[in-house]
Amino acid sequence: MSEVVSLKINGMPIEVPFGTTVLVALLTNGVTGIRRSVTGEPRGPLCGIGVCFECRVTINAQPHCRSCQILCQDGMDVRTE
Amino acid sequence: MTDVRSFDTDVLVIGGGPAGLAAAYSAARSGRRVLLVDENPTPGGQIWRGEWRAPRSSEAASWFDRIRRSRIPLITGVRIVTEVAERMLLGESQEAIYEFRYKVLILATGARERFLPFPGWTLPNVMGAGGLQALVKAGLPISGKRVVVAGTGPLLLAVAAYLQEQGAQVLLIAEQATRARMLSLGVTLLRFPSKAWHAAVLRGQLWRVPYASNCWPIAAYGEGSVQGVLLRQGSRTREIPCDYVACGFHLVPNIELPLLLGCELCDGYVRVNEFQETSRANVFCAGEPTGIGGVDLALIEGQIAGYAAVGHLEAARALFGRRARWRRFASRLDRAFALRPELRTLPDARTIVCRCEDVPFERLKGYSSWKEAKLQTRCGMGPCQGRICGPAAEFLFGWSVESPRPPIFPARVASLMRTPSSERGGNG
Amino acid sequence: MSPRAYDVVIVGAGIVGAACAAECASAGLKVAVVEATFVGSGATAAGMGHIVIMDESDAQFVLTRYSQALWDELADELPPDCEFRKYGTIWIAADEEELGLLRRKEQFYRERGISVELLDERTLAEAEPNLRRDLRGGLLVPGDSVLYPPCAARFLLERARDRGATTFFGQPVVRLDESKVKLRDGSSIAAGVIINATGTWASELTPGLAIKKRKGHLAITERYPGIVHHQLVEVGYLKSTHAHEAEAVAFNVQPRPTGQLLIGSSRQYSAEDPRVDHNILARMLARACEYIPQLAELSVIRTWTGFRAATPDNLPLIGPLPGRERIYLATGHEGLGITMSLGTAKLLVAHVLNWPLPIPIEPYLPSRMEHAACLRSSL
Repeated sequence: MSEVVSLKINGMPIEVPFGTTVLVALLTNGVTGIRRSVTGEPRGPLCGIGVCFECRVTINAQPHCRSCQILCQDGMDVRTE
Repeated sequence: MTDVRSFDTDVLVIGGGPAGLAAAYSAARSGRRVLLVDENPTPGGQIWRGEWRAPRSSEAASWFDRIRRSRIPLITGVRIVTEVAERMLLGESQEAIYEFRYKVLILATGARERFLPFPGWTLPNVMGAGGLQALVKAGLPISGKRVVVAGTGPLLLAVAAYLQEQGAQVLLIAEQATRARMLSLGVTLLRFPSKAWHAAVLRGQLWRVPYASNCWPIAAYGEGSVQGVLLRQGSRTREIPCDYVACGFHLVPNIELPLLLGCELCDGYVRVNEFQETSRANVFCAGEPTGIGGVDLALIEGQIAGYAAVGHLEAARALFGRRARWRRFASRLDRAFALRPELRTLPDARTIVCRCEDVPFERLKGYSSWKEAKLQTRCGMGPCQGRICGPAAEFLFGWSVESPRPPIFPARVASLMRTPSSERGGNG
Repeated sequence: MSPRAYDVVIVGAGIVGAACAAECASAGLKVAVVEATFVGSGATAAGMGHIVIMDESDAQFVLTRYSQALWDELADELPPDCEFRKYGTIWIAADEEELGLLRRKEQFYRERGISVELLDERTLAEAEPNLRRDLRGGLLVPGDSVLYPPCAARFLLERARDRGATTFFGQPVVRLDESKVKLRDGSSIAAGVIINATGTWASELTPGLAIKKRKGHLAITERYPGIVHHQLVEVGYLKSTHAHEAEAVAFNVQPRPTGQLLIGSSRQYSAEDPRVDHNILARMLARACEYIPQLAELSVIRTWTGFRAATPDNLPLIGPLPGRERIYLATGHEGLGITMSLGTAKLLVAHVLNWPLPIPIEPYLPSRMEHAACLRSSL
């Protein structure tokens, strides 16, 4: 099993240790505002445990994925708005 | 093509925190088939979050070890979304649909933080106390960062100690409870020796961190992310520049699944008998949903539920005494951290209360009920299904939240299309 | 307690009651509205908010067309939270038989001056790219609209209040007497005329009404803008409203301005339980996926049910009770309460004040019910 996972964040290739959540990958690669609220406010994670839905991103073209509960996988295409 | 995974078991345990682990282990000792399902990437609930491969306490280590040795099948990353038939639950993960058939059900769905809105609380890097801890446990670097921990509850101390251990600069722990309440809690702790020691260790770890009771956040500020927080302490206002605000107001029980299954409540918690059995036959409940009581109570209740679920009533009874003791401790904690009325005045007119739908405080005034407010303003109609704004609205307006409808977690159409008679997946 | 006196007392502040209140108050009548819970609860809170011209009968057509025109006139005054949008409807044919139904529908509308357009496979796919490919065709009705009923009901009630109406919330009416309504706490409100606009509860106040509850399910998704542009309904939908079989589902999907998709619909007789029935929900969602395969991957965040007030001939009850000229009914609208609310209100006010009627009222009069004797008085 690879120690390192390669994925893309908004088109930018990055590498993270195996077992990293998509959210942590985002936060450690310069993204603070994970999504925009319905009135356009930048938002970051609140609850950290998967119930607030503030950490939603699009993964492999599937929108509304809670990045705090999803582990990074090789080849993932992650997009924030 | 839809991936459907079906399971059939004797005892189904929902929730892999301390209560669920204890229940699963106790039930499995009977030799009956047990299946444990948890929605997080690994078991441990919140208090042992992320510790499955690296436990931080001997208690966590020993319970994880027991589960591993008992070879109970664990299914992680799956959230239960609805009941589809008598004794059959439907769940889903990122990739698949799950069907669980069971004879006996043990609900150990834990708790989540209560959030109260205040100006600026929606800024990035303002998070829950447990929220920031969860993220740091998941790998968010915090070394050298300035953090203000605020809100209420025993979680604040634990979070502050953890963050400091990870190299954060914890600038203040702001507890809204009054000094009198905290002192009286201190006296209470003396009657529970291991908890007093625990608290002392925490305070010892935090001896350099200023701790203020009678203190609560009144606004967070910053451009793009939080740069500082204003707090009220007694009659003065304090301003503390910081990188993160970790703010939560104790815990609320995750009672959505018990309610969906028709379990009755008592004072807002799932009502259970001495064997942790709910009002619904063959459904047990243990841990925070029956009353916020922390890890010790959860472990005892979990064991009682696990033994009772498989008919080992003597083994269950043997734990009643310890449960009573921890329940007394829990109720004292609850009283100590009751929310003060000033917190109702925190939001200003434009403060967002419902974060999913951006409903501000001023929009919510004047409605007779949560239901009416929801229909008229969209508050609570977003994907969090009121988990964040509901408890806040309850505190701010006195509304009681209603019984949930399925799905109790957003679920794909493909999952909700499954019925027990479906032979194949996809468009059934 | 001495009774307060009003020209008109309206029982029920759903969309029909609220519309009646606004219309009566605008006509200068002294109006009271009595509502047990809050404005726009009941079926108003549960329905799809589709403002649609229907062709099941001339009477249904006339009232829906008249009402739709009234909504169009009101549209500019509706506040943003009413979410009024003229998305139009596309009725969809999946096979040869349904294509026949579609053509008859087209002719029906065209003969009556409603602008419609028949779509073939290609133009249907252009109008709605996410529909499955092998559908036979569609009928576009561009004049249909959608809105969000609870806020529309509130708007109408506020309009009534602005014109002098008084509202009483929080108590149910327990009894209708000849000239007053009695509340649960024993107090009463004197009325020149009483309008029973309580929807599925109407029989409780005026026993013997031929109203049956028809349960419906709905689901709403997360935000996925652009998947669907019009309200899409299978033309076989009518089979489900008419069928007296126990349960039926039909394809009926509405885009919301938020980008969410509202998915319906279902009809059940003899279902009293308000809880969501998973089997019906599953069938309804499966039906929707047959038309929009992509739906399967979308996330549903809420489901709910509601009860429609249905009459044997699928036409509402609008007008005075036989033998009780001062008690009026404004109920039994089945799935067309939102659409027909404004027309209902105009008809009632005209009848009460003896004004010329904007459209004939005979098809909707309660006295049409075959066994008028079954409308016993409550005295």
